[in-house]
Amino acid sequence: MGTSAIVHQRAVPPGKVRSFARRLRAGDELAYLITLIAAGAIFIITALVFYELYSESSLARHKFGWGFLFSSTWDPVAGNFGALPFIYGTVVTSVLALLIAVPQGIGSAIFLAEMAPPRLSNISTFLIELLAAVPSVIYGLLGIFILVPILEHDVVPPLKSVFGSLPLFQGAFYGVSLFSAGIVLSVMIIPFIVSVSREVLLSVPRDQREASLALGASQWQTTWRVVVPNASTGITGSVFLALARALGETMAVTMVIGNTPQIKASLLAPGYSIAAVIANEFTEATGDLYLSALIELGLVLFGLTFVLNGLARILIITTSRSGGH
Amino acid sequence: MASSSLQKNLVNYLMFGLTGLCTLMTAGILFFILGYLVYHGGRSLSWAFFTQLPAPVGETGGGMANAIIGSGKVLLLATAIGIPIGFLGGVYLSEYSGRTLSFVVRYTTDLLNGVPSIVIGIVVYALVVHPMGHFSALTGGVALGIMMIPISVRSTEEYLHAVPVSLREGALALGAAKWKAIVTVVIPAAVRGIVSGTMLDLARVAGETAPLLFTALSNQFWSPGWNKPTATLPVMIFTYAIAPYEDWHRQAWAAGFVLLTLVLLLNIIARLALARGTYVSKA
Repeated sequence: MGTSAIVHQRAVPPGKVRSFARRLRAGDELAYLITLIAAGAIFIITALVFYELYSESSLARHKFGWGFLFSSTWDPVAGNFGALPFIYGTVVTSVLALLIAVPQGIGSAIFLAEMAPPRLSNISTFLIELLAAVPSVIYGLLGIFILVPILEHDVVPPLKSVFGSLPLFQGAFYGVSLFSAGIVLSVMIIPFIVSVSREVLLSVPRDQREASLALGASQWQTTWRVVVPNASTGITGSVFLALARALGETMAVTMVIGNTPQIKASLLAPGYSIAAVIANEFTEATGDLYLSALIELGLVLFGLTFVLNGLARILIITTSRSGGH
Repeated sequence: MASSSLQKNLVNYLMFGLTGLCTLMTAGILFFILGYLVYHGGRSLSWAFFTQLPAPVGETGGGMANAIIGSGKVLLLATAIGIPIGFLGGVYLSEYSGRTLSFVVRYTTDLLNGVPSIVIGIVVYALVVHPMGHFSALTGGVALGIMMIPISVRSTEEYLHAVPVSLREGALALGAAKWKAIVTVVIPAAVRGIVSGTMLDLARVAGETAPLLFTALSNQFWSPGWNKPTATLPVMIFTYAIAPYEDWHRQAWAAGFVLLTLVLLLNIIARLALARGTYVSKA
């Protein structure tokens, strides 16, 4: 060990050693190293997240294979685990959330970026940023005690009287349901759609607007025919970002979705989501296979958000590059 | 011609109204949330909430003093773990980085930012809680600390980048080593932005519940030291809200009110500090 170090030192030209020592004394190498270690730690932590999920779920992956994703039994007693009811619940609630949040979010972003007077726009943007900061568990609290009773008494009865014949709105409504979870989620993701879409819209070059206005187009015509088409890729990116958030959202969904692993066509029926089952059952999981199955659900969630975030990032970067000169 | 111009204006006003309505509905949600929490939470809040332990099931009264202290401890630890790594990582990206490596670091930071909080909980459980053999405040701090890293990196890099090149050049021309220029000139010029970014970061994880379920767990009693399961405000809100006792629901509202006040105050202070003039003096 000692000899090899000496050999190594000899191999380096003496001038280089001195300059390294000098730079070390001057502090630059050291400062570089310290920040490099921190940056490397971030990489290592992210890699560890994936590695842990992958290796800790090996028991369930080997036992169930790809069938895990398509089986709808979840029976901890018999040791039979399938992810389909949770994937179904997660996808249905997220899609419902997007159906509500996308029009409202993009509408708000257009108002803030294009239509509103600057003062009004600044105040509203500030309020919506604060909305994004409200913790998930608070949304859950309001979901249980405020939203669910409102849905039960004022929203679902008229909805059933109109659309009751559709399979989507059949069956009894107990308050906690896929429907309630979708609505809570929609409220939670609107601020993300608004703030990203607004920035994308603002990055469309000013001269495009001015050219259109100079040709006699109204503000709305300019917005709709010139600015929005220019920003559409980035707006799509904001929707993907919001979807990724909705898929991984845990507490609020757990509190209002009903926590029943079943697949029912009706939105009014209780369901379960991937994140919710992990939150509820992880600390109570008995046996390695049970725990491993829950961790595999975490791996599925990680995979989904990984892909969506990647796509969103590419879309948003493409727009701001092509738009922002 | 006149009618088409009239139509154009009408559509313009209509869409102004419609998109304005969207904005009103979105921003209005905040007032609904605030209103309900002030109404229900304010009514349930008492001095005992801040000074007493939770009452046993069946008894009314009691407070969440242990959860308030617990949240403070976990957040302190999270800041101590997350901010140094995030800050130094941000300095690396802004001041020292090469091309390929900085792309990798930026990308993994974004990736880490997108990982759902519950997944962070699982990973910290498998990595730290399981080998240690028990839930603890320490592991809760580790989980939230990891969640603080990405935003800290991002805001540090952004505000350092905003420092004008002329300031750096001035320091270097006076003969300062690069690190000395960074420490004594660049970072102080960006300090307002970095501190505000840290506050926003803290506000974000202060309300996190999911990762604490498998790390800090909860506790009905005091938990001195770092090695015991520890109550935190968000987890208490969750357990109390889904419990079937009327009195617990009142406590959950009170805790929600306290938590939301804390989070919004941090946000407002940080954002006002950022908005007041510029965070760095742009030459």
